[in-house]
Amino acid sequence: MELISQHAKRIMEGCKERARDVGLRFQDESLEYIVTNRDLLELSPKIMIPTLYDYWVQDVEVLKERGRYELYPSNPYETVINTRPAISFYNDNNPDWLNVMIFYHVIGHIDFFQNNLFFRHTWDFDFASRALSDKRLIAKLRSEKGRWVDYVIEFSRSIDNLVGYFEELAHFSREKEGRKLSRLDFYFDTFLQSEKKVSIMEYIKELERFNELIRNHPEDGEFLFLESVKSRYSEFDSFYGKNKKKKKPAEKMDIFQFLMENSEFLNREENQWMLTVMEMIRSTSLYFQPQIRTKILNEGWASYWHEELFLQDDRIRGHEVDFAIVNAKVTSMPRVGLNPYALGMRLFAYLEDMANKGRISMDFLLLKDKATRNQFDTNIEKGRDYIFSVRENCADSMFINTFIDQDFVDLHKLFVAGKRLNKERMTWEYYVKSRKSKDYKEMVLDSLYHPPSLQIQIIEENTLLLGHLFEGKPLVQDYIKGALLGIEFLWGGQVFLDTSEVVPQPVAQQEKSDGQDKASPEITWQKVRYRMKDRKLSRKIVNE
Amino acid sequence: MMQKLLALYHSLQEKGLTPEQERLIRYELDLAAQQKNTDHSIRIDYFPPQSMYDYNDLAMLDEPLRPAILSLSPTHSIDELLERDRQREEDGFPRKIRVGKMIKPGRNGADKVVVVPTTVEEKLLHDQVRANEEGEGGGGEGEGEGGSGEGEEGEVIGEQPVREEKGGQGGAGQGGGEGHEIESDAYEMGRILTETFQLPNLKDKGKKKSLTKYTYDLTDKNRGFGQVLDKKATIRRILQTNIGLGRVQPGIPVDPHNLLISPDDRVYRILSKEKDFESQAVVFFVRDYSGSMSGKPTELVVAQHVMIYSWLTYQYENQVKSRFILHDTDAKEVEDFHTYYNLRVAGGTQVSSAYKLVNKIVETENLERDYNIYIFHGTDGDDWDTSGKETIPELEKMLTYASRIGITIAENGYGVSGGSEVEKYIKGSGLLESKKNLLRLDVMSKESDEGRLIEGIKKLIS
Repeated sequence: MELISQHAKRIMEGCKERARDVGLRFQDESLEYIVTNRDLLELSPKIMIPTLYDYWVQDVEVLKERGRYELYPSNPYETVINTRPAISFYNDNNPDWLNVMIFYHVIGHIDFFQNNLFFRHTWDFDFASRALSDKRLIAKLRSEKGRWVDYVIEFSRSIDNLVGYFEELAHFSREKEGRKLSRLDFYFDTFLQSEKKVSIMEYIKELERFNELIRNHPEDGEFLFLESVKSRYSEFDSFYGKNKKKKKPAEKMDIFQFLMENSEFLNREENQWMLTVMEMIRSTSLYFQPQIRTKILNEGWASYWHEELFLQDDRIRGHEVDFAIVNAKVTSMPRVGLNPYALGMRLFAYLEDMANKGRISMDFLLLKDKATRNQFDTNIEKGRDYIFSVRENCADSMFINTFIDQDFVDLHKLFVAGKRLNKERMTWEYYVKSRKSKDYKEMVLDSLYHPPSLQIQIIEENTLLLGHLFEGKPLVQDYIKGALLGIEFLWGGQVFLDTSEVVPQPVAQQEKSDGQDKASPEITWQKVRYRMKDRKLSRKIVNE
Repeated sequence: MMQKLLALYHSLQEKGLTPEQERLIRYELDLAAQQKNTDHSIRIDYFPPQSMYDYNDLAMLDEPLRPAILSLSPTHSIDELLERDRQREEDGFPRKIRVGKMIKPGRNGADKVVVVPTTVEEKLLHDQVRANEEGEGGGGEGEGEGGSGEGEEGEVIGEQPVREEKGGQGGAGQGGGEGHEIESDAYEMGRILTETFQLPNLKDKGKKKSLTKYTYDLTDKNRGFGQVLDKKATIRRILQTNIGLGRVQPGIPVDPHNLLISPDDRVYRILSKEKDFESQAVVFFVRDYSGSMSGKPTELVVAQHVMIYSWLTYQYENQVKSRFILHDTDAKEVEDFHTYYNLRVAGGTQVSSAYKLVNKIVETENLERDYNIYIFHGTDGDDWDTSGKETIPELEKMLTYASRIGITIAENGYGVSGGSEVEKYIKGSGLLESKKNLLRLDVMSKESDEGRLIEGIKKLIS
C-alpha cells in the first residue's frame, strides 16, 4: 500500500473545494492509498481496516477469497473507511477522470460518515489507531494465553451482531438524568393517566379545555391552565416534585454487557483478561453497525453527489461519455434486483424535486385530485436543504419507510418481482408481482439488515435464558449450535434459547398441493426451546 | 427415444410391476416427455446479486477488469490452519474448517473447479421463512425481489432454466479442452482429505506391477555440438554475444553479415532419457443421469466422486486414470469430467447397461492386467430392472477383477426411504456379505451435507 501520487492528490484537493462550495461538510484531511489486488484480498476480511486485529478466520477467509477470486473477479470491498482522517483506496492504473469520479463518490461517503447522526458514536476518535492498539493488545495476550485468545475472539464474534447499537446511540441524545418532564407533560402523561386514572372522555375534555385556554389566551394560556389544575388537585405539585427525584430505570444491557457483568466464569481472577477481548470485539462491532444500516442512504448520497459534482467540474471536459458508461453501470435500476446505489440516488433526487416544488407540506398531502397534485408547485426551491436534513437524520429503514410512495414507484416504474417454478418447462419464471408502493416498500424493508432481538435473563442457578423476540422470521437453524456453544463458554453454564420455527410440511402433502394454489402454503409456527449443556445441543418443541 | 422407452415400459408391465414400481417408472417417463419442451427455454443473461449488500464501491466504480491470476501468501498456511482445527477437537470444540469447492460456470459448460478451505462464523441470524424444509436450492419461490421497467402486474418478464446455475446443460462434446483443470487441485484436495478427515491410506498400493519405463526424446539442450540445431536459441545466443561485443547498438539496424559467431553459440537439441510413469489405477466413475436424478442427488453423487477422485489421485501420486460413464437405459462413456458432471437426460433407468459397458471396456482394453481397477457408481436407486436380474450377474463379473466397487445411493425423495430397487436387490443378492472386501454400499438421504459425504467415502473405501 502506498500513498497516491502528488499529481492525483492535487486533483483531489480541487474536488474537495468544489464539494465544499455546494455545501458538503467534512474534515480537511484525508488519506488516499493505491492498493493492489493482493492488498485488497488481505484487507477485505479485515473490513478494509489495515490495523484490525489478527484472527485465524480472516486467513481462511483470505484463502477462500483467493478461490472465489479466481471464479468471480469482483468482491465486496468498500473504497472508503470511516476513520480520522478518512482513508480511501484506489486502483493504481486509473485515469484521472475516473479518479475524480471516484473521489467525488468518496467525498459523498465522508460527508455522510461525518454528518449522519447514526454515526454519532464514531465521531470523537480515530478508529484506525484504536484498532492498532487493540491489535497489539491481542498479540500480547496471545503470547501469554495462546490459542484461548482465539477461542474468546471466536465466541465473542459469534454474538457480535447482537450488540446494543441503538442503546449506544441513545447516550448521545439523552440527557444525563433522563428526560425532564415539564409540569404540563407530567399532568397529561403521568398524573391524569396513572395517578387519577381518568376515563378517556374526561381526558379528552381536559385536553379540549387546555386547547381552548391556549386559543383564547395565546400569551398566558398555559399558566392559567396550570393554576386551574393546582386549584383542582392540591396535591399536584408534591407529586410533580416526587416524580422529578425518581431515579431513571436501569439501562437495557446487550448480551455482551450482560455476560461481562453477570458471568461468574468471566469474572474469575484468572479469566479477567477475557473481558478485555470481549469489550474490544463489542466496540469494533458497534463501530460498524451504522454502515450496514445506512447502505441505501450512504450509497445513494455518494452517487447523487458524484454525478452532480462530476458534471460541473470544468477540469475533465471531454470525458462525459466515459463517465456516462461507468455511471450508468452504477446507477441504473436492474430489471430484477435491488441496486442500493440506484434506489438511494433516485430517492434523493425525487425528494429534492418534491421539496423544490413545496410538495413536502401539509397542503400537498391534503390534495386528493391527481391533476392538481401533478401541477402543484410553489417554487420555494428548498430541495437542497431538505435532502441535507435527510442525510443527517435518517437510517435506511426510516428513509424507505417514510419516503417511498406511489408517485415514486410510478415515476421509476418500479415493481416487486416474483419468481415461480414452471413445472412444465422446468424454468424459473420471473414475473411482475406488484406495482403497489406498499408492497414495494415492504419488500425493501424486508431485505434490510435486521439482527434478532434477544431478551436475557437468569432463570435459575447458573442458567441463562435467551428469549428470541418473534418478528415473523425464524433463526438460521444451522448456526444455532455454534452460537450457543460460544455463549455457553462465556457464560460458564447451561444456556436455553427460546425461539419460533415453522412447522415443516410433509413431502407427500406438498406433492398433492402442486396445483395452482401452491403460491401461498399455510405457515404454522411452533415454539422451540434449545438447550446447550456441556457443549451438547438439544431441541424441544414447547407446547403451550 | 420415447417410443423405445415406452416399449420397454410395456414389456416390463407385462412381466408384472407393483403399484409403487409403476409409479416411479411413470414419473420418469413423464420427465422424459417433458424434456422435449425444455429445448425452447429462454435464458436470461443476468444473475441478480444475492442481496443489495453485495453491491459495493470497488465492483461498481473501478475498472471492471482485474488480472485474474494471483499468488497469495496468507500469514498461516493451510496446514497450520488444519493443525489448529485438530487442536480444536482436542479442546472439545467441533472442527470449523471445511474443505469446500467452488464451481464456476464457464462458457460452453466448461466449468472450473477450485478447491478452497472455508469456514462459517455462526451467529444468531434471521432466516427466510420457508414453508417446507426442502427449499429449492439457492433461491426458491417466495420473497419478492426488486425490479423496474415495463410490464403489467402478473406478466412474465423472463425465465431461467432451473438447473442453469450449475453451468447449463452441456450437450455431449461441449467443454472439451478444459477437462483437466481440476487435476492440479485434486492432488492437494486428496492430501487434505486424507490428512484432515483421516481417510484411510490404501493398504497395498502397487500390488500390481508398477512400471516406470523410459522413453528417449530430443528434449535436452547442448551448446557446441549435438543432433539438431535449435535455430531460435542459437540466434538468441549470437545476439547476446554481439551485444556484449558492442556490435549491435540500439537504434542502428542490424546487419547479419557483420555478426560474429562463436562456436559456443550454437545450441543443439540432443536425445535424452525420460522417465515415463504408467498409471497404476484406473477408476470408473459411473453415474445415473436419468430424469429422477436431477437436482440434489446429482449434486451429491458428483461431489462425492470429486472427492474420491482426489483421494485416489493423492494415494497413487497422480498415477490415476479415470473413465467416466453415464447411464440411463443405455450407457455411454464420456470423455471428461465436465461432460460427466453436466450432462442430463430424462430417460428411464437401467443399471445393468452401465455395468455391461464397464465390463466390456475392461475386457477389450485388457485393463485387468496392468491396473488396479476401482468402480464407483452413483445412483438414486431407481432401476426399471426391479429384481436386478440383469444387473447382479454383471456385478458379479465386475467383482472378479475390481479392487473395490463402491455404490452410492442418493435418494431422490420420490420413492420410499431405504427401499430403492438397487438397494433391495443388492442386499438381497448377499454379495455385500460374501464379497465384503470388494463391494460397498452407502445410502444417504438427499439432505446430506459434506460431512455425510466424507463419512460415505470412508464407508466406500475403508
